[in-house]
Amino acid sequence: MNRPSLSWKLYIAAFYIFLFAPLLVVAIFAFNASPFPSPPWRGFTLEWFTGTGTAVGKPGVLVDPIWLDTIANSFKVAIPVALLAVLIGTVNAWVLERAEFPGKTFLSMMMLWPLVIPGVVLGISILAFFSRVANGLEEWLQTDLDFLRPGLSLVVLGQLSFILTISTLIIAARLRKFDRSLEEAAFDLGASRVRVLRTITLPFLRPALIGAGLVALLMSFENFNTTLMLVGSEAPLPITMYGQMREGASPAINAVSLLLMLGVGGIASVFALTSKAER
Amino acid sequence: MAHSTDLDLVNVIKRFGSHAAVNDVSFSVAPGEFFSILGPSGCGKTTLMRMIAGFENPTSGDIRIRGKSMIGVPANKRPVNMVFQSLALFPMMSVGENVAYGLTCRDVSRAEAEERASRMLERVGLKGFGERRVTALSGGQRQRVAIARCLVLEPTLVLLDEPLGALDLKLREHMKIELKQLQSTFNTTFAYITHDQSEALVMSDRIAVMNQGKFEQVGSPRELYHNPATPFVASFVGETNKWQGEAAAAANGAISVRLPSGTVVQGQGKVADKASLAFVRPEAVALAQDASVLSSLPNRFEGRVSAVLFDGANSSLLIDTAGFDQPVRAVLPQAGPLAGIQVGAPIHVGWTADAMKVFAA
Amino acid sequence: MSQKPARSLTLFLLLAPAVLWLGLLIVLPHVEILVLSFSERVAPRVYAFGFGNYLEFFTEPLYWRTFARTAIMSIIVTALTLVLAFPIALYIARVAQGRLKAMLLLLCLLPFWVSELVRTLGWMILLRETGIISYTLRAIGLADQPVELLYNDGAVILGLVYGGLLFMIVPLANALESLEPSVVEAGFDLGGSRWTVLRRIVIPHAMPGIVAGSIIVFMLTVGNFATPVLLGGKNGLWFTEQIYAQFITRFNWPQGAAFGMLLLMLSSAIVWAGLRLTGQSLGTTLKQA
Repeated sequence: MNRPSLSWKLYIAAFYIFLFAPLLVVAIFAFNASPFPSPPWRGFTLEWFTGTGTAVGKPGVLVDPIWLDTIANSFKVAIPVALLAVLIGTVNAWVLERAEFPGKTFLSMMMLWPLVIPGVVLGISILAFFSRVANGLEEWLQTDLDFLRPGLSLVVLGQLSFILTISTLIIAARLRKFDRSLEEAAFDLGASRVRVLRTITLPFLRPALIGAGLVALLMSFENFNTTLMLVGSEAPLPITMYGQMREGASPAINAVSLLLMLGVGGIASVFALTSKAER
Repeated sequence: MAHSTDLDLVNVIKRFGSHAAVNDVSFSVAPGEFFSILGPSGCGKTTLMRMIAGFENPTSGDIRIRGKSMIGVPANKRPVNMVFQSLALFPMMSVGENVAYGLTCRDVSRAEAEERASRMLERVGLKGFGERRVTALSGGQRQRVAIARCLVLEPTLVLLDEPLGALDLKLREHMKIELKQLQSTFNTTFAYITHDQSEALVMSDRIAVMNQGKFEQVGSPRELYHNPATPFVASFVGETNKWQGEAAAAANGAISVRLPSGTVVQGQGKVADKASLAFVRPEAVALAQDASVLSSLPNRFEGRVSAVLFDGANSSLLIDTAGFDQPVRAVLPQAGPLAGIQVGAPIHVGWTADAMKVFAA
Repeated sequence: MSQKPARSLTLFLLLAPAVLWLGLLIVLPHVEILVLSFSERVAPRVYAFGFGNYLEFFTEPLYWRTFARTAIMSIIVTALTLVLAFPIALYIARVAQGRLKAMLLLLCLLPFWVSELVRTLGWMILLRETGIISYTLRAIGLADQPVELLYNDGAVILGLVYGGLLFMIVPLANALESLEPSVVEAGFDLGGSRWTVLRRIVIPHAMPGIVAGSIIVFMLTVGNFATPVLLGGKNGLWFTEQIYAQFITRFNWPQGAAFGMLLLMLSSAIVWAGLRLTGQSLGTTLKQA
């Protein structure tokens, strides 16, 4: 078992080629001077990133308002999702690890539940529920409640429904490793409860808080299934990409994808570095 | 105003459900004293310590520090600091920041806190360690940081919760002496809890032996060792031989005990019941190859060496002795004529009536 | 004791976010679609209780066939993913050492940090009629006209297996990691062949990982939307597409809600069955992953 056979090694190599082929292809064809992201190779160009549209027919993604808006929409969703995921996730982790109350086991099982619900079902159930709430409230208050209708605010809620589980688990895992005598020691040395939290517990949790925030950011950026059911007129990145892909895309979408890969790679390395620094 | 005691516990009881972890404990600790609470794990000593520190509230009774009741005073407001079993050094801070932590909590200015922390580090022999990470320290150094972190606050009382438990044997021996020296140079009152009788005996001015939530005896190490008040203290503190038997005639504290085999031994103690326990320290057992040497002793027996437990200065013999269901343990002086004795050799043992303590079983 | 009310207030405040989250975003919405799925339109804007939406599912072949197809294809995808991932996980966990191990695992993770849509786009560029594989086949003379590799079941399965690999490899590798090398050595020492050792020692030990990985891959596959639609085109026929069609295109929410409940039941049933079969709990399984 310790001496892998040649065929095993070849299989491993083939596997990694298989794993990276699609990504590589997407990246390469972002630079193809052709109106379609397909062979043959028509020469290297940056038009799909920064071009004004004169050379390839469409403006590059960094100047095209359609793409810029959709990227902005993604941020408008991802940032609140990440902040709320960390904030609420921390409170939830506290409940799971520190609080004692009847029904705790039930609550902790409930917190895992969103992970086994298909994203599409989460999407439609939140859509249907909030439409009913909006209908009821609007009739009663005689005013429009657009934030409960399909749109970015509903997308935030939809994504939070399952991202909260992830952030809670990440933070709770770190909190579980915390040596409570550190808190007692700080308290014993004269620190107030708030000071203990600020100077001991939160610094200890920091890598998990950053990690949970970055994971939430990524998951929000990439979520498609739940988002699809809840979007209104302002579409985040995956929705716009999906629309373009169904129509037969131009290499602009490759350019967006490459930017996305670079962004994700950046976030992932920040994550890796922070977790390494703490060890 | 100086108070004659630093710490007083008055009839302290702590119940968890129906179980009394600490059952009516009272004691006082004088200023500058090194006071130990010695007991097996689960005897309630940790609960007791946590009540003094302020992490638990007694069910009833009072805890006073310099005469002031601490009931209802939270841990962060008590003039008591604790060295934790795990030491609980803050891993996210440097050594200096750890020591300065309590000062900054008291709104001492940053510069002054740093200054006082570095002076304290110097006094515990860690000059220039302020910038280091606590994870980069050795076991003994971490120990000293944990104590410095308390002492810098000039507390009335320092509590130590088995802080030597995690150290290896050699270092533990060394730290015992160092702790004692630290305590005497700072002249701070220490309350130390441990299950290790040797730690307690070496360092303490006074020791309380605790068992099942109660104090069995409070006294100096010598008192506990030589005049145990209860069978628990007799067997828990120091090595001892222990036999069960029935108390027979008693007069003026002298007692004879009949062992199950019929053998009668002479001892001292007050026994109301018949069933009794007799204890003799191994070092009180005199050894001789010639029976005549022991002729003045009321307890004299003949036996055969069944094992030689060589441990340098702590070496001892196990001697199968007629009439005793367990072998008699006796200290074997490595400087005497018996130093080279072998298993199987015949030998005479004996002890005075004073050396044998008899208690009701 | 004045601490009592303060303590329950703290507990209340700590619990509030979790209760709001689970109540407003999970429980009540599911109650809503459950109720919705049992409502029938009896007149314009008038709804009544009834099983019509579920009856519609069983009487309209397109619906139940799509449902069955989704379930069967998902099982195939899960099995294929397991078979493909096992040698990789075994290599990462048992053979690779130190830096190589960390790198192999990281390389596995990387593609999955990237959006599913980007990965699907890559497969589209590779597989379509004007794509790279077709182009290459013609260039080397193995085909004389463009080959369409997209829009068939093979492409859908390929895309879904690709998407599930990571979620299989990580739990598998975690489970295999904990296997004592000496146990494997003892297996060989006692005369076991490679195959017997694998079957009798390695696979049973990896069972928690296999279950965890399979459950996760199955759930993700059944609930997938973009991959079957984009790689399968008109032939994709995935059940999530039906839900989308009812909800967004036809605006027949009660019907869509019924479909949603069916998908939820399918997904839960398989998870439950998988856990029951191997006697594991959801908590430990999710921890594996």
